[in-house]
Amino acid sequence: MEPLIINKTEDTPAVHLDKAAGIFEFSGKSLPEDVTSFYAPIFEWITAYGEGANESSKFVFKMTYFNTASSKIILDILMRLETLHENGKNITIEWHYEEDDEDMQEAGEEYADIVEVPFTFIED
Amino acid sequence: MEELKDKGMSSASQYMRFVVDFHNMMVDKKITLAYEGEVTQEITKAFTSMTERNLDKLEENGKIKKKVYHVMVECLQNISKHADDESETASNNLDEGLVKTGLFLIGSDKNEYFITSGNGIANENIPSLKEMIDKINSLNQDELKQLHKEKMRETAISDKGGAGLGFIDIARKTGSPLEYHFEPLDDKNSFFLLKTSISRNSAE
Repeated sequence: MEPLIINKTEDTPAVHLDKAAGIFEFSGKSLPEDVTSFYAPIFEWITAYGEGANESSKFVFKMTYFNTASSKIILDILMRLETLHENGKNITIEWHYEEDDEDMQEAGEEYADIVEVPFTFIED
Repeated sequence: MEELKDKGMSSASQYMRFVVDFHNMMVDKKITLAYEGEVTQEITKAFTSMTERNLDKLEENGKIKKKVYHVMVECLQNISKHADDESETASNNLDEGLVKTGLFLIGSDKNEYFITSGNGIANENIPSLKEMIDKINSLNQDELKQLHKEKMRETAISDKGGAGLGFIDIARKTGSPLEYHFEPLDDKNSFFLLKTSISRNSAE
């Protein structure tokens, strides 16, 4: 399966999804005007990954900022991962937040409350 | 000839007087950025990065900086996504980039940052917007958190790329009520103003 690597820009995050290397990471800022088109290839990749996911995968979120539209999309991504988890794959979420960034910490805690996937929290 | 010259002089000085007054008002109200014009994603990026640099220079607390940044993005994207703008230069097309006319002000005093945005709204859209903001203003932080959770699960991204979560999020992040005003323009349209405050003491 081809990795999906997207470099970060001023308003979109870096994305690194690589099944062979076992790297699944989102980092940076997300405030694109058109969240649907930016995230479409990511959903496509995750759907394809679901066909033959690794026995366990750790999805790492190192987001420093996201707008409300992106917050909804991130929930959608997490819900896809929840489905994989329910289908017997071991999925964990590692949620990073910058030192003292309580808003980002709380955002992660709220996701953890909604989706049935184990979260760990790391203050960078 | 003399008359014309006088006229030119006096209109120039009238204009200069206006600029002086405008400048004094901005200084008096502690407004550091005032913009009226097309609001696009490029403008959003430019204003937010400019403000980030300014707050860095002021060595503002990181939490407050993030809140200011957050509210700015939501307010500016609200304009480009939701303003009712019938002008020829306006665009509702995400592929080509959204373009709407709006007003944006940011200022601060020793206690708070205040962010004001303004945009056209069709009168028929006022009641639902007013109802939403009044509802948000009536909720405490726990209730806002609950509403945010519900909405985030239910909502879908609109054809303008919004999630309908902006106002709830601003109210949660700032912890202060959303001040608003609808200024009638004609029998069909009004100008919607929204003022948000971020306390500079909320770091603790």
